[in-house]
Amino acid sequence: MNPVNYLYLAALLFTIGATGVLIRRNAIVVFMCIELMLNACNLAFVTFSRMHGNLDGQIIAFFTMVVAAAEVVVGLAIIVSLFRSRHSASVDDASLMKL
Amino acid sequence: MSASAVHSLWTTAATAADPISKIDTPKIEYGQLSPTLIVVGAAIAGVLVEAFVPRKYRYHAQLILSTAALIVAFVAVVMLAADGYGTTKARIAAMGAIAVDGPALFLQGTILLAALVGLFTFAERRLDPEAHGTRVDSFAAQAASVPGSESEQAAVKAGFTTTEVFPLLLFAVAGMLVFPSANDLLTLFIALEVFSLPLYLLCALARRKRLMSQEAAVKYFLLGAFASAFTLFGIALLYGYAGSVSYGTIAQVVDGTVQNVNPALADTMGNDALLLVGAALIVMGLLFKVGAVPFHMWTPDVYQGAPTPVTGFMAAATKVAAFGALLRLLYVVLPGLRWDWRPVMWGVAIITMLGGAIVAITQTDIKRLLAYSSIAHAGFILAGVIATTPDGVSSVLFYLAAYSFVTIGAFAVVTLVRDAGGEATHLSKWAGLGRRSPLVAAVLAVFLLAFAGIPLTSGFAGKFAVFKAAAEGGAAPLVVVGVISSAIAAFFYIRVIVLMFFSEPRPDGPTVAVPSPLTVMAIGVGVAVTLVLGVAPQYFLDLANQAGVFVR
Repeated sequence: MNPVNYLYLAALLFTIGATGVLIRRNAIVVFMCIELMLNACNLAFVTFSRMHGNLDGQIIAFFTMVVAAAEVVVGLAIIVSLFRSRHSASVDDASLMKL
Repeated sequence: MSASAVHSLWTTAATAADPISKIDTPKIEYGQLSPTLIVVGAAIAGVLVEAFVPRKYRYHAQLILSTAALIVAFVAVVMLAADGYGTTKARIAAMGAIAVDGPALFLQGTILLAALVGLFTFAERRLDPEAHGTRVDSFAAQAASVPGSESEQAAVKAGFTTTEVFPLLLFAVAGMLVFPSANDLLTLFIALEVFSLPLYLLCALARRKRLMSQEAAVKYFLLGAFASAFTLFGIALLYGYAGSVSYGTIAQVVDGTVQNVNPALADTMGNDALLLVGAALIVMGLLFKVGAVPFHMWTPDVYQGAPTPVTGFMAAATKVAAFGALLRLLYVVLPGLRWDWRPVMWGVAIITMLGGAIVAITQTDIKRLLAYSSIAHAGFILAGVIATTPDGVSSVLFYLAAYSFVTIGAFAVVTLVRDAGGEATHLSKWAGLGRRSPLVAAVLAVFLLAFAGIPLTSGFAGKFAVFKAAAEGGAAPLVVVGVISSAIAAFFYIRVIVLMFFSEPRPDGPTVAVPSPLTVMAIGVGVAVTLVLGVAPQYFLDLANQAGVFVR
């Protein structure tokens, strides 16, 4: 199969993730959509790695996974603390500061 | 390339020699990387201090450790620069991952000094009233406790303080040191995350107004992660375009020095769509970090909600690091593409300067006002970036150094003006402050005049340098817009000064807390740098000039 198809899939997943970030209201779901974007990047890296015949892309995919894991740790800590003090994880409710 | 040839890269026939043994041990130049390594080491030691040192000794242990680490790292930067790594011996270290050159060392020195001054504001413990006999700083007693709950009261009563902020600060500084010196896109991304993640946490740790602080952290985190996902996708596309993430190789492919020889790679290598979209996405991520319009939406909320010492540090050091990375990306990787990115950056610079200055006029909160002012300043610095001349680099370096100390100083002054609810950030409460506390008001006035770019302050020297570079680089209309938006910005800085000195103090007005020597030092350094760079900028301009050459 032509590896370019995987690039189309990566772009599609990335777009779905980005759209989800923009339209979903629950902070956890927004965060999951960001993770989907990162995984779409991983797919693109691995595909390009296969096309170029070098291993850089695969190594980068490992780094991305570690970064995504670290982001989960920090992000969930922040979102959970917000949820515990407001009993809501909606990003619309977090509006104490407005112009 | 045939499938079997590709597979031979990661599979091997049983009879072939073991390919693993052919990988050379990487050579790491520890001496040239020492500033970063010192800060990372101290941050890890700080985590161990949190784990093993008794609670009552932690604050002093952390403060001494962090101060020493930042000073030693700064000395290391100065020694590297004195050895000529900034000019003649500039090189690429760590197997191509890190560049050790003039801009990198200059910005690392600036970040370390700004972080040191920021550290003093972090450690300030005399501003908040004593909680049950313990002196407390600006950070939550226990970040995990729910605001207003019994567990929070218990934590306050027990006199807990979040001394974890010191290692978090050091981790952020370590990422910032790598960010402007990253020489491949993977290092760039990892450095971006390493300095962003601690900042997200620091934003959530305010002692007062905790709901706002947590909200700021959520906003910063979600938008920051969103932007870094875009950066990563841009990196993926550039990797597909060039087959490498190294700055030098990508630049060669962009220039056409490396021709696309393999027809099997026609889909990716040298495909201009990948280059343009990839470069745009990476630049977008960096513009988010510097807070340029239209990627600025997080700035006012995060600056307002975060604890003020964190805001000051973040506003100064993040901007230095992100502009350093942006300069290197545009000047080293994408100079072959400058006819494509310059018009876009023109547009971004113009709307950033005007947008920041105009929206700032309507602000009523001093922290939000400073946030919008920082957006406008990002626009001024972008004008220098667009110059694409050596003068452009050195003027941006000088502006960043001047701007960072003014910013930390200004936010340090904001921490002093307090009422019963903590910091009194609403501007109406600042009326008549100059009559009650002339010194504090005068110091803030110096900083505001420097922001406005009045002569004899560092702001004037910096603005003059970037606008001169932009005009000589063929961006004269940009300079006209810059001067107009400086005039608009001067209006609201002067308005605050007028409010402080020429209106009647309110009876329920805030009090000015008497700070410890730490904050006094932070503000004093800010004033001194502002005046020295304003009155005698030539030495520092020469320094920035010598440092203004990237290694490739």
